[in-house]
Amino acid sequence: MASIRITQTQARWLRVIVHMLAAVWLCWVYYHAIATTRYSDPVEEVLHFTGTGAINLLLLSLTISPLIRRFRLSPLFALRRPLGLWALAYGLTHVVSFILFELQLDWQQLLDALISRPYIIVGFIALLLLSAMGVTSTRGWQRRLGPRWQRLHNSVYVAAPLVLLHYLWSLKTIGLEPLLYCCALLLLMLLRRQQWQRWWRRAMP
Amino acid sequence: VPLDAQAAPDVSTSETLTPEQRVISHNNFYEFGTAKSDPKNNAQGFKVDPWTLQIDGLVEAPYSLGYEDLTTAFPLQERIYRLRCVEAWSMVIPWIGFELNALLKKAKPMSSARYVAFETLYDPEQMPGQASRFVGGGIDYPYVEGLRIDEAMHPLTILSVGLYGKTLPAQNGAPIRLVVPWKYGFKSIKSIVRIRLTDTQPPTTWNRLAPQEYGFYANVNPAVDHPRWSQASERRITSGGLLARNRIDTLPFNGYSEVASLYKGMDLRRYY
Repeated sequence: MASIRITQTQARWLRVIVHMLAAVWLCWVYYHAIATTRYSDPVEEVLHFTGTGAINLLLLSLTISPLIRRFRLSPLFALRRPLGLWALAYGLTHVVSFILFELQLDWQQLLDALISRPYIIVGFIALLLLSAMGVTSTRGWQRRLGPRWQRLHNSVYVAAPLVLLHYLWSLKTIGLEPLLYCCALLLLMLLRRQQWQRWWRRAMP
Repeated sequence: VPLDAQAAPDVSTSETLTPEQRVISHNNFYEFGTAKSDPKNNAQGFKVDPWTLQIDGLVEAPYSLGYEDLTTAFPLQERIYRLRCVEAWSMVIPWIGFELNALLKKAKPMSSARYVAFETLYDPEQMPGQASRFVGGGIDYPYVEGLRIDEAMHPLTILSVGLYGKTLPAQNGAPIRLVVPWKYGFKSIKSIVRIRLTDTQPPTTWNRLAPQEYGFYANVNPAVDHPRWSQASERRITSGGLLARNRIDTLPFNGYSEVASLYKGMDLRRYY
């Protein structure tokens, strides 16, 4: 196998790039949505952008561990937390935009949606899981939670499918884009099959 | 191409128009892709001349119109209608067109005709959504729609050949499309090649795809939610940006209360 080397310094630069790209892209879209006529329906535009942005970032964060294991790129570990946190940030922006710009603070409709619209409920649960992971993503929390920390952060394997389900469920028809996301997630899960087998054996002794 | 038309103020709304730029770049026309920007991007090479619109079925005098006839066979009017999408956004659009009833009467419908069936052009070479299920969202093409004959004959129902003083852009359903302002937008079928009068209720595309979500009637109705979202209010797309407060209450029949008599005695929760 071809050996790729990444130094700690390069990884730190990659991390800076992740932060810059995620932040600049988000600001760029919101600037155009607010101040220009670039988008015909700015509300739909920002909801789609933040939603698919969160999916992309979440899937990217899930590629880090397989990359490290396969190619021994342990410095890439520095990217995992920023990617996860940006996925959460995009998700939160998505929800805040939905409430502010789509529903325009119609709390009654928000309440109705949270009670009776399954795809909203699914998205909301996923965001709660991501939030719990985001809050406990510091070293301090990692120490305090001990072995429970990993268990909590394994809920990404629940959150990621829920996020995709939320997206698929919100569509009128299923086109190419959502199918590609499903394939990507499936691939990322297959790359972890040894991990699944380990868990399976431990659960079924 | 510029198009002359007589203003029709008595059936036009005076609400703020949706800017032309938005009317022609925010479209649901899955034949050209499922994203709102796809139709504008993918329909620019669409050929509308020559065109044949066939009127047949249960009529005594079937006939067809060629491309030139579409804008000359009937006197054109400009009508400013509200358009309410089933996705809970809306626009105000200055259409140019003529009443569907004029076109139907010319064919002398038989007394047995009870419905009108419409069909969009089927041309996968020009319409990438018809060529690939991944582009077209897995809809069965050609797109078909239908109206009860009294709905089709109602003076508010028009065939449109233009908007904003010009012939229709491809992404808006050139060269001729239906506009039924009191129904959700998907009823207003685009790029029509055939209008057929029938005695049975014709199949309709979205109803076939998801019958529990999209009914045959599809009248705008704030009291009947889409199973996945509320229809009680809508976002009116005008010139504003992200911060515009544009959420307004949705009105029964999209505010065209004069059509209510067509549905007297019908349970509109059942016939959604």
